[in-house]
Amino acid sequence: MRAKSIADFGLPVELAEPHAPVVLFDKVNLSFDEKVILRDVTFDVRAGHTKIFLGASGAGKSTILKLMLGLLKPDSGTIWVLGHRVDTMNEAQLMGVRHHMGMVFQEGALFDSFTVGENVGYKLYEETRMPLEEVQQRVKEVLGFVGLESHSDKLPSALSGGQRRRVAIARAMAARPTLLLYDEATTGLDPMTALTVDSEVVKLRDLERVTSVLVTHQLRDAFYVATHEARRGSNGDIEIVEAGEDKIEQADFVMIREGRVSFEGTAGELRNSKDPYLQKFLS
Amino acid sequence: MNGLRIWAIEAVKKALLEVQEYFRLCIAAFRGVFSRPFYFRDLIEQIDTIGLGSLTVVMLTGFFTGAVLALQSGMTLDQFGARPFVGRLISASMIKELGPVLTALMLAGRVGSGIAAELGSMVVTEQISALRALGTDPVRKLVVPRVLAGFIMCPILTVVADTVGLLGGWIIALTELRVSSGIYWSSVVEGLYIQDVYMGIIKPFFLGVVIVTIGCHVGLRTTGGTQGVGRSTTNAVVAASVVVLIVDFFVTRLLISILF
Repeated sequence: MRAKSIADFGLPVELAEPHAPVVLFDKVNLSFDEKVILRDVTFDVRAGHTKIFLGASGAGKSTILKLMLGLLKPDSGTIWVLGHRVDTMNEAQLMGVRHHMGMVFQEGALFDSFTVGENVGYKLYEETRMPLEEVQQRVKEVLGFVGLESHSDKLPSALSGGQRRRVAIARAMAARPTLLLYDEATTGLDPMTALTVDSEVVKLRDLERVTSVLVTHQLRDAFYVATHEARRGSNGDIEIVEAGEDKIEQADFVMIREGRVSFEGTAGELRNSKDPYLQKFLS
Repeated sequence: MNGLRIWAIEAVKKALLEVQEYFRLCIAAFRGVFSRPFYFRDLIEQIDTIGLGSLTVVMLTGFFTGAVLALQSGMTLDQFGARPFVGRLISASMIKELGPVLTALMLAGRVGSGIAAELGSMVVTEQISALRALGTDPVRKLVVPRVLAGFIMCPILTVVADTVGLLGGWIIALTELRVSSGIYWSSVVEGLYIQDVYMGIIKPFFLGVVIVTIGCHVGLRTTGGTQGVGRSTTNAVVAASVVVLIVDFFVTRLLISILF
């Protein structure tokens, strides 16, 4: 059912300032029963920047993404996403905010009874009034962007792990989100495939101007995304190159340790940190 | 002793929480029926899956229930020399009680388990979270079409089961009991009051909703990976089967007080 166009939700898609915070966490706490997941977590994500959350398994990284999307509610603290306070919104209100966000889940979370094309076009077809021809055109375009145009009619079960992640990225970007969240997008992939996925993240950020939030414990992938940028050459080809100083400054690392933010800074600051835990994590 | 008390309190709390969540889902589904967005395509798909997909099993159940009723009641009626009344007994039993309940039990096994397994798998593979992230309300997209399909198709399947059951009884009456067709069918009609027909038609509406909502509730609350999906499937069938019998009793009582 095509219920509404994205514009119908009347959300502030264009943020007033070039680097205004797209996400703001202020002293967020969350516990499940007796177990504390997040303690006083505070950070912001600026428009067009990249935020990379590092930490051991179970540190609370993925929970942060779920809080941003409103899939979970914090026990205390405030969360602002795209100008909306999502921690107080109900499910119906959150649907409006989510129309401007995309998320790549850890295992892809593709709808296994839909084809690749149907997965990618799902949001546009079901939740907007976009005509079918335009949806098909956009699906073709984003599948081309991730290099899987010829796989449109296949079921997700017929794809490799890396291809599934790329379809998940294509699905997340299809509706042109302002903010993209990646939950362990490269975990379990071989280094070459992981690099392909990392390149897609960089391309989306730099060519589609999407603010990116990554959760990972794969340092190699995290540094790759932080230190590379995508450029379109004069012949139209996209190339991934070493990022300049300005671009590197726009990628922030956040270390989550036992539910707390134990470090926040750039790739250089992370490398030079004297914190024993960080040094152990990086080694 | 203290440990047992704590365990009992926790078990009661857990059961109450389940009931609360079940009714919350039912209310959300009810609201979803009367507000937008409405996923019409999914409703058609579910009518096909729940309705047409269950046709064979419901027909087989109805046919053999009618047939065995004729065989068994024929022997009993013989003791009173009342064999020609076999049609009356079959029609009363099938249309008032056995048709709705057996159809519902078959649906609990086939549809309830299927829904719990499908939604449970979607939960453990984060497809439900993905749906929400993509701006879709899982209740509207997954629960509402299934509930409506159960509401629409359960009575239709019951009518099919009743009809096939009467045919099964007729074949046995004709071939085994040597009761003529005319006597059988006139006995079938004589044995029924219009209130019986109402009862046989009204009950499946309730039973269809109960089966599907239990399947959805159990499926959406799945935890614990693939093992959890298996557990949910079993729980859905057991819960739906038991609740079908309980709801059948209370709805029958209510209808008797209203109709008779």
